[in-house]
Amino acid sequence: MSRRVRVLVRPKAGILDPQGQAVERALPALGFEGVANVHVGRLIELDVEDASRVGEMCEKLLANPLIEDYEIVEA
Amino acid sequence: MRFGVLRFPGTCDEVDAQLACERVGEATILWHGDRDLQGVDAVVVPGGFSYGDYLRVGAIARFAPIMESVIQFAREGGPVLGICNGFQVLCEAGLLPGALLPNRTLRFVCRQVDLVVEHADTVFTNACEQGERLSIPAKHTTGCWYAPHELHERVEANGQVLLRYAPGENFNGSLADVAGVRNEAGNVFGLMPHPEHAVDPLTGSVDGLKLFQSIANHVGAHV
Repeated sequence: MSRRVRVLVRPKAGILDPQGQAVERALPALGFEGVANVHVGRLIELDVEDASRVGEMCEKLLANPLIEDYEIVEA
Repeated sequence: MRFGVLRFPGTCDEVDAQLACERVGEATILWHGDRDLQGVDAVVVPGGFSYGDYLRVGAIARFAPIMESVIQFAREGGPVLGICNGFQVLCEAGLLPGALLPNRTLRFVCRQVDLVVEHADTVFTNACEQGERLSIPAKHTTGCWYAPHELHERVEANGQVLLRYAPGENFNGSLADVAGVRNEAGNVFGLMPHPEHAVDPLTGSVDGLKLFQSIANHVGAHV
């Protein structure tokens, strides 16, 4: 039986995140004040038969560990 | 000598790369689904959008069948040049240090840039002079070279940065103005600007030819 798994991929702390910065600048322009530390990452959803292998998938393909952190969330 | 120029689905600069190689030697296009490098003396991983740049630039291409052979070729000391997307692929494949992030401005930029040759005693720059400025076009959205602090220090200490953007030319935000970096062994090199587009006076500069000439010199000296 397969399980639904979500992988959240984020830029590592301290890495230049121009997408996050652009969103952070755009929000006050729309009247949404008080927003800080915006970061933009990726959400990858997958059905897997063996959820224990998702970490390996992240290390090899889904994330680049040099620049990204990942978090595995079982739905 | 003969160059092999890779072609992935989505590659778009392989023909210019082939024409550049043919100014200093012979060149063959190698298809991503093949494993045979056909006995070439050097490999060029050209620019474009391999596999649509899905997931991350270069992330899927590194697992192409031909890349297994390229990685083996590189481990055996064969010269490998990665240009733009090819640079991204080689970083993803672990053949070159660091990673390429989106340009600081988030914009696609296409312009002529001046580069400074940091080291001229290498496989890829022996036809240049140390400190020489090269005028080569760059065109990319994801060309901001980055490496974590310790890795960057090691890369600098080893003299692996062969090309830097000249003062005021670092439009993408690359760490320490890095435009092109080699591996520790010195036989793999990648850069974001496109030397293959600067090999004919018709397009404004022939400075890019020096990188291809350097590889040919190197191979010629080691046959």
